[in-house]
Amino acid sequence: MSLFAACKPLTRTEMAARVARDIPEGWYVNLGIGAPLQVADHVPAEREVIFHSENGVLGMGPAPAPENINPWLINAGKQYITLRTGGSYMHHTDSFALIRGGHLDLCVLGAFQVAENGDIANWSISDNDTAPAVGGAMDLAAGARQLWVVMEHQTKSGESRLVRRCTYPLTAIGAVKRVYTNLAVLDVTNAGFAVRDMAPGLTLDALQKVTDAPLHTAEG
Amino acid sequence: MIDKIVHSMAEAMAGIRDGSVVLLGGFGSIGQPNALIEGLIEQGAKDLTIVSNNAGTGRTGLARLLELGRVRKIICSYPRSAGSVVFEEIYRAGKIELEIVPQGTMSERMRAAGAGIPAFYTATAVGTKLAAGKEEREIGGKRYLLEEALAGDVALIEAWEADRWGNLIYRSSARNFNPVMATAAKLTIAQAQHIVELGALDPEKIVTPGIYVSRVLHVPYGEPTVT
Repeated sequence: MSLFAACKPLTRTEMAARVARDIPEGWYVNLGIGAPLQVADHVPAEREVIFHSENGVLGMGPAPAPENINPWLINAGKQYITLRTGGSYMHHTDSFALIRGGHLDLCVLGAFQVAENGDIANWSISDNDTAPAVGGAMDLAAGARQLWVVMEHQTKSGESRLVRRCTYPLTAIGAVKRVYTNLAVLDVTNAGFAVRDMAPGLTLDALQKVTDAPLHTAEG
Repeated sequence: MIDKIVHSMAEAMAGIRDGSVVLLGGFGSIGQPNALIEGLIEQGAKDLTIVSNNAGTGRTGLARLLELGRVRKIICSYPRSAGSVVFEEIYRAGKIELEIVPQGTMSERMRAAGAGIPAFYTATAVGTKLAAGKEEREIGGKRYLLEEALAGDVALIEAWEADRWGNLIYRSSARNFNPVMATAAKLTIAQAQHIVELGALDPEKIVTPGIYVSRVLHVPYGEPTVT
């Protein structure tokens, strides 16, 4: 950990804010359940970004105050949400046709691993899962125009989540365009991971030491 | 006079046979036809194949149907959730067959069934273990899997308002799988919170035209709770 003496890894909230910074006005965006959902809280109200929830909601707004819950209105994570003015409902097949048809500008998912060729593993950590559950992850990863991943750089036991090849069951091949971790932002390029920026105080050497896949700088 | 409104659960469930493929609407508990699931439990059909996004929670509804050993196979995208105890128990014990299908592929397979399309190509799941045994084809330089239509013998769905022709509208995100399942089954049974006069539903806003609906049962149960 001495490598990180001078480094301040981003908190989950800071990671969500970092992702939000890069989403321009006018984009249609699907946020995966869990950590990615927090991204919506960091898009300023004056920047119109339209969030999609794959259970049939376009124009998802923030969680309601308890007294304003609409019991029929939930997101894909089965949490109560609101509908923004101008929002709409659709049935599941239209909702996924919108995904499959390449109409979403962006999907942000969590992941267990991302490989340098853009492969993503985020739905199962074993071939002998007691109750394997994929949900909409494979549809979103394959269908959105671009896929970003937000995840911790390492597992709890210190293994790199940025790998040469995924060892967990894949969600999609060659799909990830950018990864936001608590230590860095990296683009997936033809030459592998290119570092766009790093947490304050971190050096490329130090980042490489905790990353399984080889790293390049964005300028080449 | 066409009148698809039925007045008892027994009438709603009449003719559902052992071995049926049953499509169950809902995303989690929202838009889930709880009363009809209870009706199916009472009715007694067994050796069922259930198509549902989730595999039930707690010990009632779909979970109860599973626990009673009435389901041979479940086709589903997300069986694991907080409270999916019954599914996990019987799956671990090898008492149920599971077909995991990506959520969008699952709904599109039902759309295809309802639209007379036997199969379609999709990029979803290419290169993953869910591609096992499926035909793969390159079209325009991109890889796709062939996915076959998924039809039901019976669909059990929930709607907000219905009329005697079986025209339906839904409430917020409770729409979810219900409209597509209505199109994909030979026998579509809807439970509706409100029954309205023919002509009361705005034709511009009807989501499911009555042609897809066989029976409607009035079930004014109030508000759902998330489970």
